[in-house]
Amino acid sequence: MLLLGLLLPGLAAATTEQERLAKGEALAFDRNAGNCLSCHVMAGGELPGNIGPPLIQMRLRFPDREVLRAQIWDAAVRNPDTLMPPYGRHSVISEEEIDQVVDYIHTL
Amino acid sequence: MRILPGFITAITLASSAVLWAADVAADVAAETVNPEADRQAFVSFYKNRFPDIDIQAHKDGAYALDPAKRAQWQAMEDFPPYEIAVDEGRELFSVAFTNGKTYADCFARQGIGIKQEFPHFDMDQNTVVTLELAINQCRVANNEAELDYDSDEMGVITAYMAFTSRGNHFDIKVPAAGLAAYESGKQFYYERRGKLDFSCSGCHMQATGNMLRAEILSASVGHATHWPTYRFKWEKVGGLHKRFIECNEQVGAVALPQQSEAYRNLEYFLTYMSNGMELNGPASRK
Ligand code: HEC
Ligand code: HEC
Repeated sequence: MLLLGLLLPGLAAATTEQERLAKGEALAFDRNAGNCLSCHVMAGGELPGNIGPPLIQMRLRFPDREVLRAQIWDAAVRNPDTLMPPYGRHSVISEEEIDQVVDYIHTL
Repeated sequence: MRILPGFITAITLASSAVLWAADVAADVAAETVNPEADRQAFVSFYKNRFPDIDIQAHKDGAYALDPAKRAQWQAMEDFPPYEIAVDEGRELFSVAFTNGKTYADCFARQGIGIKQEFPHFDMDQNTVVTLELAINQCRVANNEAELDYDSDEMGVITAYMAFTSRGNHFDIKVPAAGLAAYESGKQFYYERRGKLDFSCSGCHMQATGNMLRAEILSASVGHATHWPTYRFKWEKVGGLHKRFIECNEQVGAVALPQQSEAYRNLEYFLTYMSNGMELNGPASRK
């Protein structure tokens, strides 16, 4: 009984984390949400575009999650001529959805 | 790992080169409003971007850029899907209005082989007149109802008129009185809009030749040559403004009505950029 009580919260958290990442992936692939695939090669995504760089080795290249989030929130801050849509600045997706996408992208 | 920073630098450099070219064109225009200088800069941009592609080849849009897609498209062209439209248009074109006149009475050279002169700036009306607008003005002048710009009838008549103009070359003029209309079209082309914050130039200059998902982004230097176009997606022939609507909508921007002043001005700018290009309408696209 005690053991179960200790285990269960952990299990629940793990599932939630996985669900969260799956949600982030779906948002990144969905044409009507992130649609990141239209410009970036991403693991598991079919028919990617090539307007932006492939999204790989993200944790190595973006050790700071906030820097990655800022890129997705408004890419124009770093490059005013960017072609990447300002997902946060123009409310293309919600703040919560941006967080889910960021968490997922960070695993690539 | 080494490859990535270089890749990004290449992208950034390419982007700034494009914007630099656009800025130069804008600066020149701001000072002198010189459409011909704009056009030369525009053509040079695509020559530099695609050194191995003859500039005239861009009349085939994305099919100029991708040999595999081109081969598929050419197979499709063996049985041109716009052929019926041209035949129907030929017939409708010669049917007399109730007053006995026909379309031929409204146009120079009986309306045959004239598309290279559209759109033009009409001094009396002080506005840009496209072929579609001229067709409706012809109807109204002859006491006929205007056609809906999305109608099959407008599609087939313009398809026929484009067909008779094949092989001619665009010769668009911008008189002093038309400069403001030209400038507003040019501004529309370079301005970011919509939720996704894209300009026409973002996709068709900065990213031209790149893939947006499975679509290769065509060069704007051939954007005016082949209208109306039979699109399998539309299952009929439709005009250039129908395509503008789609390109606006896909970035979450408010699309305008076909033949609105802003779209006519955009067509004026875009067609001027195609001056010297061969007309090859109607065409087929996916
Ligand atoms: C229309 C094109 C386009 C779309 C859509 C797009 N991006 Fe980008 N992205 C770019 C370009 C171009 C760059 C290169 C840097 C720049 O110009 O801002 C970039 C850069 C990035 C970078 C930085 C990569 C690096 O190595 O510096 C990340 C991370 C990124 N994008 C994530 C995303 C995510 C996540 C989405 C979807 C939610 C997305 N992008 C959608 C075009 C796009
Ligand atoms: C987000 C990207 C994007 C933007 C922004 C965009 N387009 Fe497009 N456009 C496309 C795609 C994708 C196609 C289909 C592939 C092709 O032919 O380039 C296309 C096709 C076209 C075509 C048809 C080309 C042909 O050969 O038949 C024209 C004309 C055109 N666009 C003009 C414009 C104009 C004018 C604007 C601005 C009002 C614009 N586009 C903005 C992506 C875009």
